[in-house]
Amino acid sequence: MGNILLEMKNITKEFPGVKALDNVNLKVEQGEIHALVGENGAGKSTLMNVLSGIYPFGSYTGDIVYNGEVCQFQKIKDSEEKGIVIIHQELALIPYMSIGENMFLGNEQGKKSAIDWDKTYAEADKYLKMVGLSESSRVLIKDIGVGKQQLVEIAKALAKHAKLLILDEPTSSLNETDSKALLDLLLEFKKQGMTSIIISHKLNEVAYVADHITVIRDGSTIETLDKKVDDFSEDRIIKGMVGRALTDRFPKRHDVKIGDVAMEVKDWTVYHPQYAERKVVDGVSMNVRKGEVVGIAGLMGAGRTELAMSIFGKAYGTNISGQLFLNGQEVHLKNIKDAIKHKIAYVTEDRKGNGLVLSNPIKINTTLANLSELCTNRVIDQDKEYQVAEEYREKLKTKCPSVEQNVGNLSGGNQQKVLLAKWMFANPDVLILDEPTRGIDVGAKYEIYCIINDLVAEGKSVIMISSELPEVLGMSDRIYVMNEGKMVGEMAGAEASQESIMSCILKS
Amino acid sequence: MVSNNIGNILKKYTMVIALVVVIGIFYVGTKGTILLPQNINNLLSQNAYVFVLATGMLMCILTGGNIDLSVGSVVCFVGGIGAVLMSKGINVWVSVLVMLLAGVLVGAWQAFWVAYINVPPFIATLAGMYAFRGLSNVVLDGYAVSISNTTFLNVFGGGADCYIPDLFGGDKLNITCLIAGLVIVAIYVITSFMNRISAARKGYSTTSAASFYAKLIIISLVVLFLFYKLAGYKGIPTSLIWIFVIVLAYHYFTTKTTMGRYLYAVGGNEKATQLSGINTKKVYFFAYTNMGFLTAIAGILTVARAASAQPTYGQFYEMDAIGACFIGGASAYGGTGSVFGAIIGALLMGVINQGMSIMGVDANYQKVVKGLVLLAAVIFDVLSKREKK
Repeated sequence: MGNILLEMKNITKEFPGVKALDNVNLKVEQGEIHALVGENGAGKSTLMNVLSGIYPFGSYTGDIVYNGEVCQFQKIKDSEEKGIVIIHQELALIPYMSIGENMFLGNEQGKKSAIDWDKTYAEADKYLKMVGLSESSRVLIKDIGVGKQQLVEIAKALAKHAKLLILDEPTSSLNETDSKALLDLLLEFKKQGMTSIIISHKLNEVAYVADHITVIRDGSTIETLDKKVDDFSEDRIIKGMVGRALTDRFPKRHDVKIGDVAMEVKDWTVYHPQYAERKVVDGVSMNVRKGEVVGIAGLMGAGRTELAMSIFGKAYGTNISGQLFLNGQEVHLKNIKDAIKHKIAYVTEDRKGNGLVLSNPIKINTTLANLSELCTNRVIDQDKEYQVAEEYREKLKTKCPSVEQNVGNLSGGNQQKVLLAKWMFANPDVLILDEPTRGIDVGAKYEIYCIINDLVAEGKSVIMISSELPEVLGMSDRIYVMNEGKMVGEMAGAEASQESIMSCILKS
Repeated sequence: MVSNNIGNILKKYTMVIALVVVIGIFYVGTKGTILLPQNINNLLSQNAYVFVLATGMLMCILTGGNIDLSVGSVVCFVGGIGAVLMSKGINVWVSVLVMLLAGVLVGAWQAFWVAYINVPPFIATLAGMYAFRGLSNVVLDGYAVSISNTTFLNVFGGGADCYIPDLFGGDKLNITCLIAGLVIVAIYVITSFMNRISAARKGYSTTSAASFYAKLIIISLVVLFLFYKLAGYKGIPTSLIWIFVIVLAYHYFTTKTTMGRYLYAVGGNEKATQLSGINTKKVYFFAYTNMGFLTAIAGILTVARAASAQPTYGQFYEMDAIGACFIGGASAYGGTGSVFGAIIGALLMGVINQGMSIMGVDANYQKVVKGLVLLAAVIFDVLSKREKK
């Protein structure tokens, strides 16, 4: 082993009633990229919060040895002074401030009484160049894409003279091109001697950049893999994460008969709601049959979500044109209510923002989209509501103390199940699932796939939008590829491969 | 486990406990005066408008911490219209109908801007606060207009005879009032048991027997105590009936109906509610129109109690209603809160007002105390939520 930059020894952190970390050990070498992987709730973020001083010294037990000295961080500022900078999963940038203002927020250049703006922007530009951004630092954050915003976060960290960079799920909201660019940037930094810790669910990315991988499960360190000695294949890493080999990441579908076309769109065109001249979906035609899982692959921003939402009762976009057929009959859906009545469901990619009412219990979320089913004269039959919620809790194996539990207290995977339950209760024939497994752990993913299989076995149609190609390939009977608002490819699931999908996108 | 249970109960009923403590303090401070029958009667009658407004305000706050600043002015406006109509000899019921209609129209006017044009509620109702204060002056022509219609006063809790007459001719105690109290307790006990039995039969989780009986007994005793005290004065004030009806109706509405459910959903996550096929504009429109309706009722109760309408009536009523909701545990971000909570909040403020008045605390200091109580309630709410995380 090379020089050890950071060692966390026997870290134990307890919350009331839960031991979040139990004797965790982590060793990071100088100048390496160290990946931290584990299922949701395994304790990765807690560990990083201990390291960065968000949980102050004294609220945990164990030692942090950084650069040869024992550290007792009381707050984030303490760890930042030592050069430990954490970049959180949710971007912490302020949209209506310029890049430069954001980068030096809390670290303003010049005097307290007078900020030196020339210096601010000059410094900002310098760091932007280092991360390969050509934008001027005077541009507002809201005017640059998510990929570039992530780079600004890194530039901001560099401006704090980071020696140890911690990235929590840095690519979770990036498309493949931007993700690749970001990972390459990390490799470039590594050459210059920077040390990084990366937390990620995307195992292929981890395998690509990391020198060591530490696996955490249920608050304990399971193992640390070394690139030089160990196998970095996804299956190997997953084995450590879930404690067993997942022989099959995608459950088999048995004898599902694919029937007639359930839903079809022809020449579907949608314009941006704010910039009315911008075409977001451009002449798309597609269909889905009964009992079929159709995957839609594509990069972030390809227009897949917009396509789905515009079909779902014009929930997105203006000036929508094209034809929509349900069971061979053309329909015009006026609004979302109308779409639900015509047995279409759209399960959003953003379960917290657009899907669930986090302050309400499971049972209320489960019935929200189809409340009239439980009502006589607009009065809710709460017995029936409870039974429905219980039924779906059992069916989807949602882990919760009771259906009276607030959804906000559940883990991501269980929230996703509640969201699915909500739309299953609306009794749709066509379900559009937008990124159904985003940000949930491997075990929960498998369960979601099983639910999808059950749905098509009942003769329902599923359209699955996903940015994870293995998932699209593993689950779909047929795959559409979308790019820049257009359908650029269609292939049978059995014939498709990552390469064929990517080449569709690149050739378009 | 037991200590945890007690902790939960304390958390759930904090404001009720606070209310009891505050009453206790004033009981000592006023040497028992605050619990004299007449003072209990006054507490309910004087604050009738707060109970009604707080109920309406809660619906607005549920949709996302939105408030209605105009209610004080609208109380005055609606009351002014009624007083002028009745002084011109218009039939009392026609006048009441016109007042209610005026309230609903005012509500709908503001609701339209809020719901369909996306004017922030704070601004839309601030505009209303100015405009309807001005219009009240116009309607009343700048003068006080007295109300002499005895039917109006008796029915809506004003004048000397606004009590349910005693059908049994009790001597010192109003027997009708006592019987009403017993009937209410009986209905409450029976429905509680029926609910519990049916919940148990269906295998739902129920509260522990101890806490069930404790709650049952405490509430029953409080109701009996209240009616016993009222019986010792003049009986049931008519305004209490209006409060009772409104509170029960809106409790039912918020917990059992679809529109009630949507109020919570919009406040919890508007986007998710929209994507569930619910017309969220309608929900906002409802909340503010309904506020207009309840403001009209509060206006009726206010002018009835004063037996007159004056251009200055209703000032700061909006603040009383908003304060009651937040003290009663409604979230300033919407999505959580309950009608009973708002009522407890209103009672707490009422008790503090009255207790301090009886003790002869300077009116200026009374305001200071009210402000601090509101702040303390919200601080407590924020802190107890932080602990949970």
